[in-house]
Amino acid sequence: MKEYKTITRIAGPLVFVEKTEPVGYGELVRLTLPSGEAKSGQVLDTSDDMVVVQVFEGTSGVDLNSRVKFLGETIRLPVSGELLGRILNGAGKPIDGGPEIVPEERMDITGAAINPYARGNPSDFIQTGISTIDGTNTLVRGQKLPLFSGAGLPHNEIALQIARQAKVRGSSEGFAIVFAAMGITNEEAQKFISEFEETGALKRAVVFLNLADDPAVERLITPRMALTAAEYLAFKKEMHVLVILTDMTNYCESLREIGAARSEIPGRRGYPGYMYTDLAMLYERAGIIKGKKGSITQLPILTMVGDDITHPIPDLTGYITEGQIVVSRELHSRNIYPPVDVLPSLSRLMNLGIGSGKTREDHKQLSDQCYAFYAEGKDLRGLVAIVGEESLSERERRILKFAADFEDLFVRQDKGEDRDIEQTLDIGWKLLSEIPESELTRISPELRKKYYGRR
Amino acid sequence: MKTGKVYRVAGPVVVAELEASMYDVCKVGKEKLLGEVIQINGSRCTIQVYEDTTGIKPGEEVENTSQPLVVELGPGLLSSIYDGIQRPLHLLRSLTGDFIMRGATAPGLDRKRKWDFKASVKPGAVVKGGDVLGTVKEGNTVHRVLVPPKSAGKVAGISDGSYTVTDAIGKLDDGTELRMMQLWPVRKPRPVTRKLLPDIPLITGQRIIDSLFPLAKGGVAAIPGPFGSGKTVNQTQLAKWSDADIIVYVGCGERGNEMTEVLKEFPELTDPRTGKPLMERTILIANTSNMPVAAREASVYTGITLAEYYRDMGYAVALMADSTSRWAEAMREISSRLEEMPGEEGYPAYLSARLSDFYERAGRVVSLMGAEGSVSVIGAVSPPGGDFSEPVTQGTLRVIKTFWALDAKLAQRRHFPAINWLASYSLYLDSLSHWYEKNIAPDWMKLIGRTRSILQEEDKLMEIVQLVGSDALPEKEQVTILVARMFREFLLQQNAFHPVDTYSEHKKTYLIMKTILGFADKAKAALDSGIRMQKISVMKSKDKVGDVKFEKDYEAFLAQVNKEIEKEFAELK
Repeated sequence: MKEYKTITRIAGPLVFVEKTEPVGYGELVRLTLPSGEAKSGQVLDTSDDMVVVQVFEGTSGVDLNSRVKFLGETIRLPVSGELLGRILNGAGKPIDGGPEIVPEERMDITGAAINPYARGNPSDFIQTGISTIDGTNTLVRGQKLPLFSGAGLPHNEIALQIARQAKVRGSSEGFAIVFAAMGITNEEAQKFISEFEETGALKRAVVFLNLADDPAVERLITPRMALTAAEYLAFKKEMHVLVILTDMTNYCESLREIGAARSEIPGRRGYPGYMYTDLAMLYERAGIIKGKKGSITQLPILTMVGDDITHPIPDLTGYITEGQIVVSRELHSRNIYPPVDVLPSLSRLMNLGIGSGKTREDHKQLSDQCYAFYAEGKDLRGLVAIVGEESLSERERRILKFAADFEDLFVRQDKGEDRDIEQTLDIGWKLLSEIPESELTRISPELRKKYYGRR
Repeated sequence: MKTGKVYRVAGPVVVAELEASMYDVCKVGKEKLLGEVIQINGSRCTIQVYEDTTGIKPGEEVENTSQPLVVELGPGLLSSIYDGIQRPLHLLRSLTGDFIMRGATAPGLDRKRKWDFKASVKPGAVVKGGDVLGTVKEGNTVHRVLVPPKSAGKVAGISDGSYTVTDAIGKLDDGTELRMMQLWPVRKPRPVTRKLLPDIPLITGQRIIDSLFPLAKGGVAAIPGPFGSGKTVNQTQLAKWSDADIIVYVGCGERGNEMTEVLKEFPELTDPRTGKPLMERTILIANTSNMPVAAREASVYTGITLAEYYRDMGYAVALMADSTSRWAEAMREISSRLEEMPGEEGYPAYLSARLSDFYERAGRVVSLMGAEGSVSVIGAVSPPGGDFSEPVTQGTLRVIKTFWALDAKLAQRRHFPAINWLASYSLYLDSLSHWYEKNIAPDWMKLIGRTRSILQEEDKLMEIVQLVGSDALPEKEQVTILVARMFREFLLQQNAFHPVDTYSEHKKTYLIMKTILGFADKAKAALDSGIRMQKISVMKSKDKVGDVKFEKDYEAFLAQVNKEIEKEFAELK
């Protein structure tokens, strides 16, 4: 394989190489610096005249005398059952002091699209033990449900609690966890790892770490590595995999950095126009395949810039994922854990995973009714601030109280509290039973008869 | 065949040294990836490739088929599931497994399947483009085999029999062989004799749509809304229940799991009118968000060409495109790879021209064979951040006539369908009024008018309530607020997941409206006779109106409820 010393330009994370033999798009590249240090990269643009290489470890130290070698293949992750229990860096190299992974297979990390025709229908209810998720935004196996959070909010605790408690009822199989950190701090990463160690989850986890001080460009491959490992475990090893990706905001920042370095025409807020497609290529790697046992459930975490849900990152994510769990600063500052803001949260696959035989027959209608009253109650708070509680009608006062009780009893729970779905639904009925039965218009008469006033 | 060489590869865009005309389809590289010429610059042309280009090298061969992107039209389209360039997904699965790999080719129509063809013209008949040669039974639909639009002549021979789509079923006297399959370039509208005014409603079974914001057959509608406001549920509801003969559902850049839901659900559902599986009248095009972006760009054109083909047979076709924003983004992505000068928000300057070209392919027409057919288009729009001032929504608004504005606030309080009744509109209401008066009830338009004005008034009153509380309003206005709430909960809200409520006949919608307005009249009369609002607001019978949503025998139920309302009012006195 030829080595070239024809670098003509270096800009940001990009290296421009001239006069090469034909090089394939997306090919893996090895750079050797004059100091002997090696770096890896990928071909972003290839033509007869010029090849553009994106260097994952950053271009510091690269000069015009560095040597470039095109490896003739795309980036691959060596996979085997031994991945479980291992900690790897963002580029898939072990950093836990253990041996190299002896691969059973080397898988292309780009991943291919699952044929929609081959997809199975996600419908297995995952009980997370958190009422605001199980009761009102139910997670199912094969879903991708992100946490939309903000800086300084306890999204990591929530993700950990889900990872700890998640189970499918009536099944003894636990989840294997694939954890990909992109640009989070060492401290946060340590917290995840030590928690995994404490609960024994690390034995069935694969951890990919790209920390805040690791090269930003590497972040572009970290989630792809992680999802490739997840696909291997799910579809070759028949495991149910829960993938936690954090923090997607850092990933998107890297994407923007590359776009800018290539002087591409930027889209909204400087993010590249293809960010939707790029994110979709990650998020869509969740799912179930007909006739295969495993599944991939994704729990991406992203911190919303300035708590703005219309910012391109949460916006595009929300258009791809099957709902979102929104973490609220307001609830957090009122000391309510988990501070899940139920109203803007949503699980699109909820209806597939609930109802009789899965959770309970009253689940959907109960959830809708709670949503409706809670939304009304929150509106009334605004009104009370202006006119005072006295000028409310009796009905309005009851709804106002419902909203307060809802936050206090339904939303609030302990970090270690693992509520089963019956408990969650019964709390809902307890709250609804404070309101005259005839006002529960979202609930059918039969269900009202069966559950109303039952404590 | 003209061949050339790859010069440059950058993402889905390949530049090749090749002799070509615009929109020629090419096969790129060793794996023969399909692509389309979208720019010519001297001896180099730019090709958008429908598949992942990883591994393609400069110097690899490019073949030019010298033909634009075409779809195969003929029996066997119905109940198919295609990707954006009409490759059947089940064939791709058997070719490349559960994941879609590159370079797979699969014909849009099954070449081996035989169809029973019954000729309806005799040898010697003079035919022109669009005329019916004969029929084939395609599931529950009579598939009319048409003369390709550009052919004409005297039929020299034609006979009944069992044929595959490529067998000759006869020929013209100039020697042209006639087949059941014809090809048509997707970017070119199929010709019609003339366009008609849309004055028949597309009945959808969705109360808010059928009553306040109807769509005409051959009309165009847009559903814009932020994520989570229920665009896809609305689209699938329309695909399930609207009274079109044929449904083309284009999942353009949407979620894989949602497509799966559609794929699983449709075959299980039955058409309320024929009792046959809904899938038999449906063509699904699934190009999920992680499938190649260029195929996504092509998918809406593929969809509308299939729709036009059935329209030409004289059918009412409805096309759902979910979502046109993803299509526009595909255009933007490709345009930015071409380094074109961008327009607003990075979208290409030709965005609004493309949007209007696409929507203009809808319409109620007299087809070439003289039959009346229609293509109605319902486009979902996903505005970033729910901001309707963005270019795709604005470009769409300029051409559509029915606008169903989805509202995140309504969705959050689980008011579904989350169509905002103040921001939405339908410009078809007037042209349809005649139909309603004749087919539903003479006072239909009057009821619609009253319903709308009560909802409008509520909005105004709510501003006051926000300031002073509802008790401070005069009692007459409190009645308005009460009645508006009944409209919102009992008429506008509809549960797509409830077996009965999911579809509401026009008559049911009419009776609910009439009952609520009847209640309003009685309540006002009661106030005039000195009864206090407090007593009216606690009436039990009014809450029962809502339960009719879940009743199959709604007429009897509402008659009963009306009696109870009357009785309760009488007791107030």
